[in-house]
Order: sequence, then C-alpha cells, then structure tokens
Amino acid sequence: MKLYLFLTLLIFPFSVMASESSSKNFAALVFGIFVFITLLITYFASKKNFNKSNYYAAGGKISGFQNGLAIAGDYMSAASFLGISGLVFFSGFDGLIYSIGFLVGWPIILFLIAEKLKNLGKYTFADVTSTRLKQSKIRILSASGTLVTVIFYLIAQMVGAGSLIQILFGLPYYYAIWIVGLLMIIYVSFGGMIATTWVQIIKAILLILGATALAVMVLNDYSFSIGKLLEEASNVHPEKKSILYPGQLITDPISAISLGVALIFGTAGLPHILMRFFTVPDAKSSRISAFYATTFIGYFYILTFVIGFGAIIFLTDNNSYMDTNNNLIGSNNMAAIHLSHALGGDIFLGFISAVAFATILAVVSGLTLAGASAIGRDLYVFVIKKGKSDEKKEILVSKISSVFLGIIAIILGIIFEGQNVAFMVGLAFAVAASTNFPILFLTISWKNLTTNGAMYGGFIGLFSALIFVFLGPMVWVETLGFEDAIFPFKYPGLFSMSISFFSIITISLIDKKNKDEKKFKELTKKSYLGSK
Amino acid sequence: MNKNSNDYNLEKLTFYSNLISYSLCFIVLILYFSFILIIGFKPEIFHKTLPNSSITYGIFSGLFIIIISVFLTFIYVLLSNLFLDKLKK
Repeated sequence: MKLYLFLTLLIFPFSVMASESSSKNFAALVFGIFVFITLLITYFASKKNFNKSNYYAAGGKISGFQNGLAIAGDYMSAASFLGISGLVFFSGFDGLIYSIGFLVGWPIILFLIAEKLKNLGKYTFADVTSTRLKQSKIRILSASGTLVTVIFYLIAQMVGAGSLIQILFGLPYYYAIWIVGLLMIIYVSFGGMIATTWVQIIKAILLILGATALAVMVLNDYSFSIGKLLEEASNVHPEKKSILYPGQLITDPISAISLGVALIFGTAGLPHILMRFFTVPDAKSSRISAFYATTFIGYFYILTFVIGFGAIIFLTDNNSYMDTNNNLIGSNNMAAIHLSHALGGDIFLGFISAVAFATILAVVSGLTLAGASAIGRDLYVFVIKKGKSDEKKEILVSKISSVFLGIIAIILGIIFEGQNVAFMVGLAFAVAASTNFPILFLTISWKNLTTNGAMYGGFIGLFSALIFVFLGPMVWVETLGFEDAIFPFKYPGLFSMSISFFSIITISLIDKKNKDEKKFKELTKKSYLGSK
Repeated sequence: MNKNSNDYNLEKLTFYSNLISYSLCFIVLILYFSFILIIGFKPEIFHKTLPNSSITYGIFSGLFIIIISVFLTFIYVLLSNLFLDKLKK
C-alpha cells in the first residue's frame, strides 16, 4: 500500500507534463529523482522510527556540518530565492535590505541561544522554558506561539507554491497544492525528523549548487567584477543609477527599524529552526551547525544579489521574458527562473524549476514537523495528560497531528488562492519575535522571570502582534479595503516585541513571590555544562 | 573538587561567555541598525561611490555586513572552541 502510494506520486508529475516542452520534462525528471530519493530515505527512516528521539530529533545523530546544511535548507525558502532576486531585479539595492535582515538574525542565534537550547532542551523549545517554569502553563503558550507561527508561514508557502508550480510546470493550482501537501505529510508522518533532515540537506545542496551556477554564469561575462556588473546593470535598468542606492522600500525610519527587529528576533523564534538544534549530539555541534548555517545563508544571499543584478542585464527589454508593459512574464518572482533560461537554456531552466519546487517542499515539511511536535508533545503529553503518557501514544498523536496539519495546509492553500499572502510571512516573524523569542531569551537569562509573567506577558505579545497586523496597512487597508489603517505601521515587530518584553517583566516583578532563584541557578549551570 | 571551586569556575565561565556573546551581539546589532538608520534618515550617504568604481557606499556596506556577520560567527566559534570549552572541564 505504502509502496503503491510512493509510485503513483512519482509517476504523477511525469504523466501530467508529458506534452510540455523539454524544459518542463527535464524539470519533472529532476524533481522526480528528488522525490524518489527522499521517499526512499523516508521509507528507511520509517522502519526505525519508533522512539521519540528518532521521531523528533533524528536520534541526535546529525553532525554539526549536516545540521548547518539542514538549517540553511529550512531557512532558504523559495520566497527568499525567487522573492529577493525578483526584488533586486525590480529595485536593485532595496532587495539587499531584506536579505541582510534575514541574515543578521543568524549570528544572534549563535551568540545567544544555539548552545543553551541544546543543553537545556530535548525536542521542542518548550522543553527549555519548562525546565524552570510550570509545565502546563508555559507549554500552552509555547504551543500557541509555535502553531500560530507555523500556520501562517505554511499558508504563505502553500499559496506561493501553488502559483509558482502553476507557472513552472504548467500544472493546475490544485494539483500543485495536493502534491506538496501529500508529499510533506508522507515525509513527516512516516519519516519524522530523520527524513525531514535529509530532505533539507539534499534541497540545500541543490539550491546552493543551482544558485552558484547561475551567479557564476552572470559574473563570467563581467570578468568576476561586481563593479562592472553593477555598472552595466545601472546602464540597462530604466531607473539607471538609482538602483544602486536606497529607494522606495523604506521611507520612514520607524518602519525600517520595526522590520529589522522582526527579521532578526523573529528568526531566533522560528520553531522549525529552533527544533533543528536538538538533532545534534552536543552543544559544541550545535554551535558548529549555527556557524555553517550562517555561512551558507550569507553566501546564498550574496548569490541572490548577483542573480538579481544579472537578471536586470539579461532580461530587460528582452521580449521572450518581458511583456509589453515591461513586466516579467509570469510574476515578479520569475527573475531567477527566466535568467536561468536566458543563460543556460531549457535544461538549466528545468533544473532551477525543479530546485524551486524541492525548496518549497522541504520548507513546508520542516514547518509541519514543528507544528506536529507542538501538538503531540507540548499539548497532548504535558497539558492534557499532565506528563503521563507512554512513548508510543505520544508519537502516534504527533503523527496524526502532522496529517491533520497537512490537510489544513492544503485546505487553506486552496481557500487563499490568488490572495496577497505576503503579510502572513511578516505575521509569522512578528509572532515569533513577540512570543517565542522573549520567553526563550528571558528563561535563559533573567533570574526574576516567573511562570505567570512568561505566560500572560507572552500571550499579550502574541495578541498584540496579531492585532497590529490586522489593523495595519496590509490587512485593514489592502485586504479588507478600509481607507486608513488604524495601526499606521506595516511591520509591528518593534511595538509588539516591546509590549511583550514589558508585560513579561512587569508581571514577573508583581508576581515575585513565585520566583524561584534556585531553579534559575540550576538552569544556568545546565545551560553551560549540559546535563552531565 | 570541593563545591566552592566548582562555583568559582562556573562563575568565571558565565562571565567570559556572556562577555563574548554580548559584545559580538552588540557589534552585529550596531552595524545592522546603523545601516537601517542611514537608509531611514540620511540615505544620501549611500549614494556616493567607491573611488573608480560603480559600487556605491550602500551596496558596499550591505555586502560588508553579510561578510562581517559570517566572520564574527567564525570568531565566536574559535573563541568558544579554544577558550570557553576549556573552562568547562
């Protein structure tokens, strides 16, 4: 039965695309091989997947280098590959502002939390907060923070995936959503963290290779000089030299800072990223994995920068890729895809398309696993069963949750077809920065934190992020059609995170009779030395 | 080992570890937010170009922040592996 399912999924993309052009056939072939290999890994992982450690944390056997690649795989989404290169193509410098924001969170994660996470926790970041705070209360908050982040991020990825695959492979939107949804359910429920990790690693390698090839082809024409590349791009682009300095993206400083805060501290609160630090054997490997992740991600963003400027040179005024209104054919996100065709022909276009598809699949799998762990472990075991549940049941609940989350993602992906979902990524980062990061950071570093402070303050942070986004320009004006936003800023990160920290600290100080300095001392020791 | 010397070592470890972590954090945040504040308040600074090149100050500082971030993580790993890990024994 399982094998049959594997095979249909494998053959499916080919049969649909048989009549399309050679690039689409090649894309289907590369993607087919990717799916075949990852399903094979899933099959082997499913055979030994019957304990918690394997299911949530790949048995803690992933090396620092491998985990660095896997983290990079989790983090380099299709949105950053296609979205940022597209943004650079349209507005040059402004695209760079985003990529820097996405990168700068990484050193912060390494310096402040990577090692302590591994020393204090086992499978989810709520394990860390509950080493000193009361299990059931703090797990409700952590699980809510995780699920809100995961679901919004998932919707954004699914909708992006559907429309992208529609353009790349000529598949109908619904088929694309179903393929992505079903594959991710199979990876996560049968293969757990082992399969998810290898999906990330393979995808990260493919993406880095593909983007490197693309950037090298661009730079090759300009004798590998960034200066010459920029000069040529600014000659060709309709806005000339102004693409080389700040443009329209940031006009008021408060929005700029708020965006920066959400990107940096949101990254440090993304549950599917935090979870990866539990898959290595010790804190030292955790440190090494954050270092490799930062290196790969930094390198990758430099590539997207080169690719974006390359796209300006090779695509502008070329009517195979631009329509009569001077827009890219397909969508704003197609710059890297069209560039791959312009430089490497059908075969390379096919390869890059398949890589983009694999990228989406890998990111949604990581998200689903993080969400499923929050339900199975944090909510089911520690809130509902008060910590008394056997291992088999816990894994079963997690697996059912992953199927359930997958189905929700498919349904929401279909409901939100054609909607502008860009705000959902922003929302996911804002919630991560205003709930997950503050409680995690204060658990590790502030001795006066109490359970009540963390829980009520964390929920205040969570709701303020949601309310500010809802009342802000992106939902209130652009989606609901009201004239003026009640909350004036597009990115609420600065405000919701400050409110969160302020509430957690104030409530903890009022609640000081419940503080437990002895536990904090134990935690500090354990956070440096591990459980030895 | 008696308890006091253990406590002393832990204190020393905590102190140096925090010193390294927070200073490096501070450098990264200062660089990043100066970059953002320049874009917000005085974007003209980023219009100038490097001598004999098309690379503007803006693009130069952007790429510089990416590279320095990676470099600082390397420094952190180096300090931890060579120095902090010894204090843990």
